[in-house]
Amino acid sequence: MAPAAPKSGDAIFASVDRVNAELFTLTYGAIVRQLLTDLEEVDEVNKQLDQMGYNIGVRLVDEFLAKSNVSRCVDFRETAEVIAKVGFKMFLGVTASVTNWDTEGTTCSLIMEDNPLVDFVELPDTCQGLHYCNILSGVVRGALEMVSMKTEVTWLRDMLKGDDVFELQVKLLKQIPEEYPYKDDE
Amino acid sequence: MGFRESHFPSGLEVHKRNSPCPTFTIHIEIALWETLSKGKQKVSLSAFAFLFSELVQYNQTQVDNIAELERRLEDAGYAVGARVLELLCHREKGNRRETRLLGILSFIHSTVWKVLFGKVADSLEKGTEHEDEYMNSEKELLVNRFISIPKDMGAFNCGAFVAGIVKGVLDNAGFPAVVTAHFVPVDGQQRPRTTILIKFVEEVLLREARLG
Repeated sequence: MAPAAPKSGDAIFASVDRVNAELFTLTYGAIVRQLLTDLEEVDEVNKQLDQMGYNIGVRLVDEFLAKSNVSRCVDFRETAEVIAKVGFKMFLGVTASVTNWDTEGTTCSLIMEDNPLVDFVELPDTCQGLHYCNILSGVVRGALEMVSMKTEVTWLRDMLKGDDVFELQVKLLKQIPEEYPYKDDE
Repeated sequence: MGFRESHFPSGLEVHKRNSPCPTFTIHIEIALWETLSKGKQKVSLSAFAFLFSELVQYNQTQVDNIAELERRLEDAGYAVGARVLELLCHREKGNRRETRLLGILSFIHSTVWKVLFGKVADSLEKGTEHEDEYMNSEKELLVNRFISIPKDMGAFNCGAFVAGIVKGVLDNAGFPAVVTAHFVPVDGQQRPRTTILIKFVEEVLLREARLG
């Protein structure tokens, strides 16, 4: 049987079960608040959020592959596009754009103007060091690791700190070779 | 604050006059106004399920018994409930909130449930044995949909989070209550339903009686 054609982010998002973004936003806010109370140090909270995101990314990639029918990306450029246009859309209902490529094609930025995590959020002065959306960078890192790419993901711009967009820099550190015989479906 | 005004333009003017830095504040106000009035945005159910599962797993590392875990989930929910009340009173109720017992219960059963879970709750009943108890039940509570409880965790119910939301709404609306989540087996169904049991404190019922 011929493999099904890859689906667009919009098509997948339209077909999956959805919930009110506010429930999601407020629940995330409750998590961040709990972490701030428990861990006290903003750096520790950043770390914990990243870890939570990583855990999610590791599991989320299965659902992503199952529902999107994407085939292997030829290079990191295509990977970044797929994350921004299909991955973000399918889970968060928003898309990102990919820019700021370096000459080797291993570092780029995902730009988000709309981010459901930060509705209603204002950072108090005591939390200026907090990367509020750090869970998202963890998700990207975790998901990419499951498809054999070691990456480093950092926030460059943050609307909660007065920037005009969210900019997430994704840097490909290395491709981990597949370890066992890989059977292509085609 | 400007956004509490029922009409945006007047709210805007208030700030123009009072704010030392008008342009910046107005920008924020508009952003806030948009966020407050939209509310039709969606994310995928799995995004929420993943997030919720992390919330539960993280809290598991912070406790050593089930009661404590439920209390922490309730705390997290409480924070959500308090904000949901404020948001919905503004958006759905023209900045008014319910002051009567049945009013606030039906607000939770219909308005809050519809916004958070996309449907009204399956049932709202009054306890038969106690005057101060009400039960809001749901066949398949959203947060329990992807959760199976390990045998060694006994009666643990992730619905504690939703109980926290309900408590957050009630407390902040002036109806303090003890709210707990329970699994109730249903005939002919594999999975139990979840009942959110609301037990109001005495003063609420006294006040209600006085209001007649």
